[in-house]
Amino acid sequence: MQDRSRFSRRNFIKAAAAAPALALLPAAVRDAIAAGGITVGFIYVGARDDFGYNQAHAQAAAALKKLPGVKVIEEEKVAETVAVQKSMEAMIVQDKAAVIFATSFGYFDPHVLKVAAKYPKAHIAHCGGMWTEGKHPKNVASYFGYIDECQYLNGVVAGLTSKTGKFGFVAAKPIPQVLRNINAFTMGARSVNPNATTRVIFTGDWAMPVKEAEAANSLLDQGCDVLTCHVDGPKVVVETAERRGAFSCGYHASQAKLAPKGYLTGAEWDWVTPNTTFAKALQEGKPFPNFVRGGLKEGFVKMSPYGAAVGEKARKAADDVKAKMLKGEFVIFKGPLKDNTGKEVIPAGKSFAQQAIELEGMNYLVEGVIGSV
Amino acid sequence: MSAAPARPRPLIDALLPVAALVIALMLFSLFVAMEGQAPLEVLETIFAGAFGDAFGWQNTLLRAAPLILTGLAVAIPARAGLVIIGGEGALAFGALGAAAAALALAGSPNPVIWLGMALAGMLAGGLLIGFAGALRQWRGVNETISSLLISYIAVALMNHFVEGPLRDPASLNKPSTLPLAPEAMLGNLPGLDVHVGLAVGLVCAVLAWVFLRFTIWGFTVRVVGGNPRAAAMAGLAVTPWVIGLCAAGGAMAGLAGMLEVAAVHGSCNASVLVGYGHAGILIAFIARQNPLAVIPAAILIGGIGAAGSLLQRRLDMPDATVLVLQGILFVVLIAMETLRGRAWRMPQLPAPRLAKATPAPEEPA
Repeated sequence: MQDRSRFSRRNFIKAAAAAPALALLPAAVRDAIAAGGITVGFIYVGARDDFGYNQAHAQAAAALKKLPGVKVIEEEKVAETVAVQKSMEAMIVQDKAAVIFATSFGYFDPHVLKVAAKYPKAHIAHCGGMWTEGKHPKNVASYFGYIDECQYLNGVVAGLTSKTGKFGFVAAKPIPQVLRNINAFTMGARSVNPNATTRVIFTGDWAMPVKEAEAANSLLDQGCDVLTCHVDGPKVVVETAERRGAFSCGYHASQAKLAPKGYLTGAEWDWVTPNTTFAKALQEGKPFPNFVRGGLKEGFVKMSPYGAAVGEKARKAADDVKAKMLKGEFVIFKGPLKDNTGKEVIPAGKSFAQQAIELEGMNYLVEGVIGSV
Repeated sequence: MSAAPARPRPLIDALLPVAALVIALMLFSLFVAMEGQAPLEVLETIFAGAFGDAFGWQNTLLRAAPLILTGLAVAIPARAGLVIIGGEGALAFGALGAAAAALALAGSPNPVIWLGMALAGMLAGGLLIGFAGALRQWRGVNETISSLLISYIAVALMNHFVEGPLRDPASLNKPSTLPLAPEAMLGNLPGLDVHVGLAVGLVCAVLAWVFLRFTIWGFTVRVVGGNPRAAAMAGLAVTPWVIGLCAAGGAMAGLAGMLEVAAVHGSCNASVLVGYGHAGILIAFIARQNPLAVIPAAILIGGIGAAGSLLQRRLDMPDATVLVLQGILFVVLIAMETLRGRAWRMPQLPAPRLAKATPAPEEPA
């Protein structure tokens, strides 16, 4: 083919086929590419205004839109199946996205891996901390935050605000990530009220509004006066607590608007930090970072502002712990630590920093939690 | 139908779905315009996303592949006069059964693994929905309600096994069964970026159509579906037929679950359940419970999904946009179906009052 005229029929057909594809690019994307800017894709598993997990990511997308030379495209309610594979491919092929943020945990294996292998020049950053050196391709990255720090602070505030010392936790599944939050919350509460207990109800899945409402009501009926949760959309739990005159601590994003009276504070993601890191690296032609993690100190997570119901003492206690966390001096999981069956899970003298691999496989509930995995 | 049987109008009947599509698109355009978007641009984007180029087509077909099978899961029992809506549970059971079979057969040659998975998936799905049929025939339980409730139990059982006895200990934050070996995954159709599930769905749909349309057993099914009492009087074994067709429908959804495990996910986990079973109800009704028509109906719904993707990225419209289109389309299609087989003439004065205007053998009682 090389020695033939450049205007062979084959080339003509190729060009004719490529032309509509180029024309399909919207003007804004073409301009952005021409100006040396980059396109960034966001894919959410749920609605981007869910007052929860997806909203936290969408907030970061909105912040990224304001960066110079960054064009953001988004897709919401993309299921963890072939749908997400096709959405990622479309962002790569049709939108020339420089990096895609695949924000749902379930997107990684096999979907992100499959698309990354098919398009080695594309970059996909997955939220969840699954990327492993040597095992996963270099054009894939993981980013995640140590939000259990914020759940610990939630616990401190709840512990000093509650009258009954009983807390309710509505959780999706007994997986390490969730157990770690339940434990951190309980340890925070027990650090200020040694008699505090947390009752846990697992709903079985990430978005189960009806079961979440039932669980919240049942926990309140048992005398809990502060509720928190780890489900995709904390809206139902926070609203139920508010309606019944109880307090709540938020999760994922701020639910303060939903509960002006009872919202104490909340554990929020701050994805702007990792998202900007990736976008900047690609914009400036630096190597693509593969593993990005951090907590309060690194700006990956943040606390909602205190609600009106939080007293001076609670604010001060939480602020003190937070100051230590910001300096990197605070360790949540350290021995001696017992689980709620009395078994020692971390021996005395041992302490696990946030990045410790042992915490990734957590399979117990600490002393003070009423429930079982 | 008027007193004299109406002459069949195949052309008009064939044009009904087209007319429905046009009317639905017009209504949708109105809605889009009210939302402040340019209707033509939106329609153009929808078409480009679903059928505009090779990428769009493959996107559509990939999404349609499981929907053909879950559509059949509703359409096949409907031929015996049953409304089964438990496809999601049968899919879950099928995925679980297939994953369990894959575990038991690990190390065998690939075709053995695939055959074992397919049979296990179909058996699991078939047993589940067959049970709903049995409840109806022997205990008088409404099959629509029972299949839906059984479906919830099936999903809960699947979650229990995936998070408990069958859990791969390495799957920490996304509980899954042990993954298939990469070389034991079902691949793509030659030359296409669509997995073999599409071909499986097409073959099943054609087989079901041929069976129900051209065989003596198909005729039996029509009699059973048309009037079970008359069928029993004629000496037909109504109960086995009803249960059997339920099981066949369940087997289709179970096969869809097996394909999700073997061609997409590699293991059974909660991501297998994304509503294909529920979409199957919609598809079967759009297809008027005709197995062959399930194919274009599934492609239509798959295309709407693919279009939603482009619509969000190009025009910044919410995902709900295509759900609105899907809803309008469904209602208009169903409404237009009431016109099928009508005699197209002005009503004469003492208008005969008849409840139904559909050809008798086509419609379940």
